[in-house]
Amino acid sequence: MTNLEKYNQAFTTTFEIGENRLPGLKYQDIEAWDSVGHMGLVAALEETFDIMMDTDDIIDLSSYEKGKEILTKEEYGVIF
Amino acid sequence: MTFDEILKIAPYSLPKEEKEKMLTERLKELTILHQRNCPEYARMLEAVQFDINEIRTCKDLPFLPVRLFKEMNLRSVSQEEIVKTMTSSGTTGQAVSRIYLDRETSSNQQKTMVKIVSEFTGSGRMPMIIIDCPGVIKNRAMFSARGAGILGFSIFGSKKIYALDDDMKMDIAGVQDFLEKYQGRKILLFGFTFMIWQHFYKELLRLKEQGITFDLSNGILIHGGGWKKLISEAVSHDDFHKRLEDVCGLHDIHDYYGMVEQTGCIYMECECGHLHASNFSDVIIRRPLDFSVADPGENGIVQVVSTIPESYPGHSLLTEDEGIVLGEDDCPCGRKGKYFAISGRLKNAEIRGCSDTYAVKF
Repeated sequence: MTNLEKYNQAFTTTFEIGENRLPGLKYQDIEAWDSVGHMGLVAALEETFDIMMDTDDIIDLSSYEKGKEILTKEEYGVIF
Repeated sequence: MTFDEILKIAPYSLPKEEKEKMLTERLKELTILHQRNCPEYARMLEAVQFDINEIRTCKDLPFLPVRLFKEMNLRSVSQEEIVKTMTSSGTTGQAVSRIYLDRETSSNQQKTMVKIVSEFTGSGRMPMIIIDCPGVIKNRAMFSARGAGILGFSIFGSKKIYALDDDMKMDIAGVQDFLEKYQGRKILLFGFTFMIWQHFYKELLRLKEQGITFDLSNGILIHGGGWKKLISEAVSHDDFHKRLEDVCGLHDIHDYYGMVEQTGCIYMECECGHLHASNFSDVIIRRPLDFSVADPGENGIVQVVSTIPESYPGHSLLTEDEGIVLGEDDCPCGRKGKYFAISGRLKNAEIRGCSDTYAVKF
């Protein structure tokens, strides 16, 4: 699986949605991505990529696209 | 002044004059914002003949009794913009406050909370033991104060475990495994004061008598939610600390004061045992007879102001708690800002007069 596929899977599994919903998806856009769902997503991403995110990055993770940008940061080093 | 600008300032860095200037500017702006966008709030300001030009400092701003949020639906954004409604914890049959949050206010609450708590825990995330049951955050549509507290602090947890099951029984094996797995690491523990005492401390004590011990000397415990019930069991702040240390070695313990009406702006207890106001908010103690500002050391009613609320008019509130300002900018812990103690709750009858008579006018 590519990193993008893994990244997408973290979203689709956590929120139980199809991949077609991901582009443009923002925090609080869907019921499942509320503050509880958010922590679930963080846990899924951390497990998938074996990383530990900073609190600031957890707060900044406000959309599907933003999450990709965060994970490509040096300290996480995920390449899409 | 935007909230993002305030967020850039270290939470406990501003001396008195600078903080007052910053608070006054931001809180005046919030007052105008809510006057424009919340018709009920505008009518209240009209009723007290509010004039923004007469406001010299944040102490001059009007305050709403917290219980107003139980009686009225107060919000300054449209229904569509609300992403979360939080409710206060109440006993069965008791009315609860309803606090309406939009994206911006909700996100600023979490950012603020992280800034404040990081000053005590460090910014790294830690394995976390939540001394509560997982059921609390199950009902996601209606967020209770308890769920919001747990979730807000969860951001500090790298791996998390609930220490209690849904019957509030301690998961002994689960906690043992967790501690073994993260041996030598700093562990964050979070919970509400009474639940910690009743369902965690007492169980640890019982287990200790059976020879089963837990080592939490590496732990940092953050707890809140009030002492009322423990005081009725004659457990003081010092007893709480001493007995937790005796039973499991836990000695890094911080109480916090805060309320669902101003989530995010919590007041953390420092190493010297004092509750501290950060730059993001403040406490003003008022005399019950005329609501004038009490002197340091004088007991009175606690007013809280917060720079966060944009989606509901809750930036200046009169609580039903009593407290005392102990000092400002000179706590031995080194943090700037007021430090204070909460001395109790007002008796219902004492405040009912002013809040209800205030509310019925509208």
